[in-house]
Amino acid sequence: MLHTINKSPFGSNSFETSSRFFQPGDPVLFIEDGVYAVQTNNKYSGTLAKVQKNNPVYVLKSDLNARGIGNIAEGVISIDYEGFVELVEDHQVNSWL
Amino acid sequence: MEDNEDDEVVKKIMHVMRNAPHGTIYTYEGLEMILIMAAYDQDISVAFIDDGVYALKKDQDTEGLEIKGFSKTFKALDGYDVEKLYVDQISLEERGLNEDDLLVDVEVLSSTEIGKMMAEQDVVVHH
Repeated sequence: MLHTINKSPFGSNSFETSSRFFQPGDPVLFIEDGVYAVQTNNKYSGTLAKVQKNNPVYVLKSDLNARGIGNIAEGVISIDYEGFVELVEDHQVNSWL
Repeated sequence: MEDNEDDEVVKKIMHVMRNAPHGTIYTYEGLEMILIMAAYDQDISVAFIDDGVYALKKDQDTEGLEIKGFSKTFKALDGYDVEKLYVDQISLEERGLNEDDLLVDVEVLSSTEIGKMMAEQDVVVHH
């Protein structure tokens, strides 16, 4: 199951809450304001690192670029829309709002 | 999943309630959606997470707001064969609530247990 997160972790608890429900191996994709979660050295870096132990983490490049975020946590995979579509093709989607 | 011409495909659909009941319309709309889907005999479950657990709080009285409350509708879900109501234990505890504070019979489960059930769904809808 693919988990998408589209809210900033600073304004919504979507990321922190959803991370309790991920099953090992489930891909996690940050989009829209969700991408702020993967910037290095923020308050949620620890939560992200914990998730990365069991889950592949992706981020949508266009949303990073739009927000001027260059420094992203190690191991987070930056993908384009084509990559997004591939993930959606391969998994049921759980869109945390 | 095989499709057939009689439209008898039953999908596993989980609704996830994540907002408190009166500040936004999410919970009310979610409840409406659940009732509509139940009419189509789908395999429905509802998970209450984060502020979503407040939707099930006993003793809600909206008379002072001059709106018709809908908390009693959760009690009626049973009549629509929506019986799988799951509540996230951490969300309850964080809010100083326990099962006795809730107006319907639910299963209080760990995040891991609810997460496993999410993974088995055909569709997960957040409200």
